[in-house]
Amino acid sequence: MTVKKVFGRPESLCDVPNLYCSGCGHGVAHRLVAEAIDHFGLRDRTVAVAPAGCSVLLYDYFDVDSIESAHGRALAVGTGIKRANPDLFVFTYQGDGDLASIGMCETIHTANRGENLTAIFINNAVYGMTGGQMAPTTLLGQTTTTTPNGRCAEMEGAPMKMAEMMATFDGVVYSERVALYDPRQTIRARKAVFKAFEAQINNEGFGFVEILAACTTNLKMTPERAQQWLVDDLCETFPLGVYKDVMSGAKQESVASRESVGATAGSGSVKHAD
Amino acid sequence: MNTVFTPAAQRNGKLTLVQGNIALAEGALHAGLDCYFGYPITPQNQVPEYLSAKLPERGGAFVQAESELASINMVLGAASTGARAMTSSSGPGISLMQEGISFLAGDELPAVIANVMRCGPGMGGIKPTQGDYYQATRGGGHGDYHTIVLAPASAQEMFDLTYQAFDVADTYCNPVLILADAILGQMKEPAVLEPPYERKAIKKDDWSLTGAAGRKARNIRSMLLAGDDQEQLNYKLEKKYERVKQELPMWECIDTEDADLIVVAFGTSARISSSAARLARAEGLKVGVFRPITLFPFPEEALRDLASKVGKFLVVEMNLGQMLHDVRAIVGHDIPVSFYGRPGGGVPTVREVLENIKESVS
Repeated sequence: MTVKKVFGRPESLCDVPNLYCSGCGHGVAHRLVAEAIDHFGLRDRTVAVAPAGCSVLLYDYFDVDSIESAHGRALAVGTGIKRANPDLFVFTYQGDGDLASIGMCETIHTANRGENLTAIFINNAVYGMTGGQMAPTTLLGQTTTTTPNGRCAEMEGAPMKMAEMMATFDGVVYSERVALYDPRQTIRARKAVFKAFEAQINNEGFGFVEILAACTTNLKMTPERAQQWLVDDLCETFPLGVYKDVMSGAKQESVASRESVGATAGSGSVKHAD
Repeated sequence: MNTVFTPAAQRNGKLTLVQGNIALAEGALHAGLDCYFGYPITPQNQVPEYLSAKLPERGGAFVQAESELASINMVLGAASTGARAMTSSSGPGISLMQEGISFLAGDELPAVIANVMRCGPGMGGIKPTQGDYYQATRGGGHGDYHTIVLAPASAQEMFDLTYQAFDVADTYCNPVLILADAILGQMKEPAVLEPPYERKAIKKDDWSLTGAAGRKARNIRSMLLAGDDQEQLNYKLEKKYERVKQELPMWECIDTEDADLIVVAFGTSARISSSAARLARAEGLKVGVFRPITLFPFPEEALRDLASKVGKFLVVEMNLGQMLHDVRAIVGHDIPVSFYGRPGGGVPTVREVLENIKESVS
């Protein structure tokens, strides 16, 4: 009798204990990215760019070349790597403070230039590593260590919607928001990461995947309750869906797979079809 | 003299009338520049403008970044792949880059940064200065580190030292700063735009990020959380800086053999001081000039050597006395060191320096 392996640890994910908090989204998100690296056979030409934040530790988990970037500068570092060696496969993995606050300028301009790389954006609505301060994506009314009375739009502004914003740039060929709260959504998230990776592999331009996840420690919630918060609260402010797909052959696949959410696929010129 | 690098001697070859900024860009191109990232700021704009046309022609990458924060981090990314990468800027732009320069130092990545100094503080203006001496030689950003600093004094050296800077950066895996100023950047002079020596072949494949084909994955970082790893990184860097201090110091001595007074000055100040020293000689005063070419490492031994023979020193700078403190620390308290400088875009005239020479020598 032969035994066929149907599920296991992706090869580009190191065989080490995961030290992220229980219920944290990084573990699953790391796995999805590693599965995409394996699927497309990218391990030998990948450089991962880590942000400042909990996921600065990604070098402990991914068995690929990687570099740490200054807070917010991951996409500038990624641009430098890709321009120096376009044969490398480059992705950044950034949190909400990194990508949407201190690094917003780099985020917008890298997207607008249509750099041929991939940004994986983890939105958990809070600064995790520094202890739970307000993030640019913190929900209205959400209590954090710097919004003790809850975030208020008049004083702190409203949560920033990155997947929608990214869709407005001509250089972006794929932008989707997904969430990690049940197996079905996790499979959709996996598909989104695969799509964004494909964009880079085909030299089509900038791919963006926003992954809604929970930071259980700073939410002060059990993993179970945090999952419910993701469904009830985070997804309400940040609707899931494909916000832009102008990749070649986009029509048939992604529009069909899009679900109910108020997103519309953007239109725009496809860059980097070199 | 140093053992590894020497300043280009008298150059033979075809002279071209060239602006300092263009000579700097040409020096980088001849050194095999792969990537340039920069943001516009006066008085260095000719560098990106020139490279935006020339670098892509040679297969290199040119990107006008959205800010100096982005440029220096693009340089860091490119450098991590083993590419020869540079940026150039001035004043406020160089201040913005300091975090990235600290990262380059902590990551031990080679890169070249040109600072064509403009006067400050704050927005300041576009007039020349040497007010960034402290920022350049003390590290400039956070943490215990040093940037290697080369100080050209002519269009020829804008070319030569930029050419050499890439080899220095690769040799020590350290950021190298070209510390020029608005005069050196904007002035046109004849220069030989041919490499002063054959480019060094320096291996990078034992640390660069190339994708982990056939080897273990690599990580480049400066955040070392385990045990005392962060402390050990600092000891490692210090050891490297000691080696740099042994091998790299470059300087020029002009008429110092019989001098009663030596003027210590770098860059544009050294050019002005040399003219003043010549006039002083014509009046019978024995005056020489000591010009550091590397500001970090400062040519300490060479200066100390002179201090054992010469009774008096005058430091001339385009600031209110920054290198002055290094000179005083090196020559000691027993030897009088006087100072003349002008800040905020003021340029010492030859006559002013001559007057100070006369006062100092008497």
